[in-house]
Amino acid sequence: MDVASAKMIGAGLACIALVGAGIGIGNVFAALINALARNPSAQVTPFAFLGFALSEATGLFGLAIAFLILFVF
Amino acid sequence: MAAVHENPLAQFTIERLVPIHIGGLDVSFTNSALLMTISGVLVTGLLMLATRKAALVPGRWQSIPEMLYEFVAKYLIDDTVGPEGQRYFPFAFTLFMFVLLGNLLGLIPYSFVFTGQIIVCFGLSIAIFIGVTVIGFMRHGFRFLTFFVPHGVPKVLLVLLVPIEVLSYCIRPLTLSIRLFANMMAGHTMLVIFAGFVVPLGTLYFLPGLFPIVVDVLLFFLELLVAVLQAYVFAILACLYLNDAIHLH
Repeated sequence: MDVASAKMIGAGLACIALVGAGIGIGNVFAALINALARNPSAQVTPFAFLGFALSEATGLFGLAIAFLILFVF
Repeated sequence: MAAVHENPLAQFTIERLVPIHIGGLDVSFTNSALLMTISGVLVTGLLMLATRKAALVPGRWQSIPEMLYEFVAKYLIDDTVGPEGQRYFPFAFTLFMFVLLGNLLGLIPYSFVFTGQIIVCFGLSIAIFIGVTVIGFMRHGFRFLTFFVPHGVPKVLLVLLVPIEVLSYCIRPLTLSIRLFANMMAGHTMLVIFAGFVVPLGTLYFLPGLFPIVVDVLLFFLELLVAVLQAYVFAILACLYLNDAIHLH
């Protein structure tokens, strides 16, 4: 296998990390809706967005690696 | 101004605007330094001009610094560190505003996002890390080391847990900086990649060319959210680390 195609495959593999981010973000907002539906006066929205940002960042680590593989090396 | 050709990462290249060389040291004024200066001047200018005629009942301009102050004092410090964290308010406020302005100014087309440089984020977070560790040792002396020993754990497990705690403490500056850097870099790269689809698709047919524009506009709003959110996350994590140093557990 030549390096160019290996790069493409590697970048694609690195994007698998986004699966986890998707599940995580879905979980965060599902839990937020759950909490707000049970107790509409709950002050949890800032924490939900904190959780969203933290779980999104983990997925973006993988995306950043994919970009680095594609465009830097 | 970085010309964006084929490479979506070209927007992150640092250019020397005013080359300065002192000895063997390259201390040139770069586009990164320019944006940092602008963000510093903007924050200082906003705060000084808006509170120039301070009144008891805030006007339109004065309410901006008051809202920022309340946000940082309440959500960043009170909710994490508690009342004794208020003496570190200037630190948290400066950090939050600097990162926020950096993220937001970077979203202006053809400007430069300095928080998308790993060394800027790492410099900020290593400074936070060292500062917080020093504060911890100053407040607790060598009792600060008990931070690495979890409570109520069998003695045998401590052999395993203490190195893990030390390691997870020591990689904090790395995770803190990579989080901000990766968010900014991935977001801006994504914007440019989708913008790069517009012309190749649009020259073939009109409608498919419209699609990446719509995606780009939506992505821009996402990036706006991410810019504010990541500044908040960066500042609140710094405050959480400060809380660890002040309250130990």
